[in-house]
Amino acid sequence: MQHRTLWTLTTLLVFATAACGGGGDSDAPAAPAAPAAPAFDPATAGSVMGTITLDGTPPPAETIRMNSDPACVELATDAETEYYVVGGSGGLGNVFVYVKEGLEGRTFPAATGSVMLDQQGCRYTPHVFGVRVGQTITIRNSDATLHNIHATPLANAEFNMGQPIQGMEFERTFDSPEVMVPFKCDVHGWMNAYVGVLDHPYFAVTGDDGAFDISNLPPGDYVVEAWHEELGTQTQNVTVGEGGTAELSFTFSVG
Amino acid sequence: MYWLHRYNRLVAAATLVLITAGGLVTSTGSGLAVPDWPNTYGYFMFAFPWSGMVGGILYEHGHRLIASVVGMLTIGLVAWLAASEPRRWVRRLGWIALAAVVVQGLLGGITVLYFLPPPVSISHAGLAQVFFALVVSLAIFTSAGWLARYYRTSDGERRIAADGILRALVIALPAAIYVQILIGAAMRHTGAGLAIPDFPLAFGRLIPPVWDAGIAIHFAHRVGAVIVTLVVLATAGHVLAHHGGRRELVRPAWLLIAVVVAQVTLGALTVLSARDVTINTAHVATGAVLFATAIVLGLRTHRDRFRDIAPVGAPAPERAQA
Repeated sequence: MQHRTLWTLTTLLVFATAACGGGGDSDAPAAPAAPAAPAFDPATAGSVMGTITLDGTPPPAETIRMNSDPACVELATDAETEYYVVGGSGGLGNVFVYVKEGLEGRTFPAATGSVMLDQQGCRYTPHVFGVRVGQTITIRNSDATLHNIHATPLANAEFNMGQPIQGMEFERTFDSPEVMVPFKCDVHGWMNAYVGVLDHPYFAVTGDDGAFDISNLPPGDYVVEAWHEELGTQTQNVTVGEGGTAELSFTFSVG
Repeated sequence: MYWLHRYNRLVAAATLVLITAGGLVTSTGSGLAVPDWPNTYGYFMFAFPWSGMVGGILYEHGHRLIASVVGMLTIGLVAWLAASEPRRWVRRLGWIALAAVVVQGLLGGITVLYFLPPPVSISHAGLAQVFFALVVSLAIFTSAGWLARYYRTSDGERRIAADGILRALVIALPAAIYVQILIGAAMRHTGAGLAIPDFPLAFGRLIPPVWDAGIAIHFAHRVGAVIVTLVVLATAGHVLAHHGGRRELVRPAWLLIAVVVAQVTLGALTVLSARDVTINTAHVATGAVLFATAIVLGLRTHRDRFRDIAPVGAPAPERAQA
């Protein structure tokens, strides 16, 4: 073999080896703080309360096969799909309810504190949640196995991070309102979660009883939307009087 | 040359394994299971612990490891060609294959770092087939049959050279298959695999009653399958009817028929099974085999165009002109 060929091949090998030494991800920039001035007289605040119910019989939960990762089989305390969380009285859980219209032009104090998204038992906890624009989401891996956290927003920046070590935490923020931003783990295909990102604090997530309570709301006319991962969205108009409570009910149908 | 040819076949086989592993990555949706590159969860890729090969990581990291093996095998192939191959154009083809596998690795990294943008992922899939075609071609060029002109008599060679239909068909066939592979890659990487959920009809009709980008790509792949199947049947039928005595042509012709039947069946089953991972992956691998077989038939048919022909039984030619 000619010397020149040998040198070229050696250089290629060195280049290939050097190329394997880099990598890493970058942290997202912190969101600018919102003005802290109150948007309205708190004494006039009202609220919207109600219940989300499910009409019909949802498909039965399916058992998730986690055997692609033996650690998940050991860690999982719940290995059933959670598309439909239905309480005894027909209340529908994991519904994100929020004020969609009616707050335009108002500003609200920046959110304080962070929201935890935990990976525990190879599931995301919580499955559905809400945050404010710029509010910190702390993403934690409580499992003794590897996870990646892959957010796939449309209006915000996509990110995909690895958390190979138990106890690792990352912080992320979203800079624009978006309902909903999906999270998924590409290692464990069954893991997914959704976050609603809003520029105001008027949102709630229903529990097993389907109840929600959006309080401290300025008096006014609003469009309220309820979002469910399988059943889509519904909207209703509502008027909140000074110090009043408006009742609102949504019924999703299935089957 | 015998052992070089054997080694070349090994590289081709390893490449098919790599393409299959790549098909597994997409079929299982594991393309982003390892978020960093070229490292794996911060580890130097060869130091990543085996205990971490779980879930989607098994497919994505496994694909990277196999790719590294193929890359090293290709470096070995180039070195071997440089050391013992007298035909300059064959040596150059080896360098082109090495360049292709390096670019292919970079495309794989870029597509991970940018969250699988379809143009990059489709290019990654398309270049994989080009690389496979290159190493298969090199295996053909270093084979004993090629060097011995497949033991054709002058009359036999003239007969093949004079068959304009066959010579056109064997060029049209790999071109048609490659276009079909690119459409398939576009379908796979834009999530259009089930854009038309029924088979053989489309939404109960021959032509889809509704259209969007996904349906158009999916339908184009079905139309492409019909075209490729017809060209395969025409080519193979022509070989069997007019060159039945040429073993080097008849064997790939029969193989083409068998593989295209398998491939169409796998395509149908991919839809009907709602993209079962095994079937979906087999569809990718079988497509690569079909393409490679068409390349083999094309090269053997056009053997006379390569002027490095040595006398029958000679070990190797001295000079070559493509």
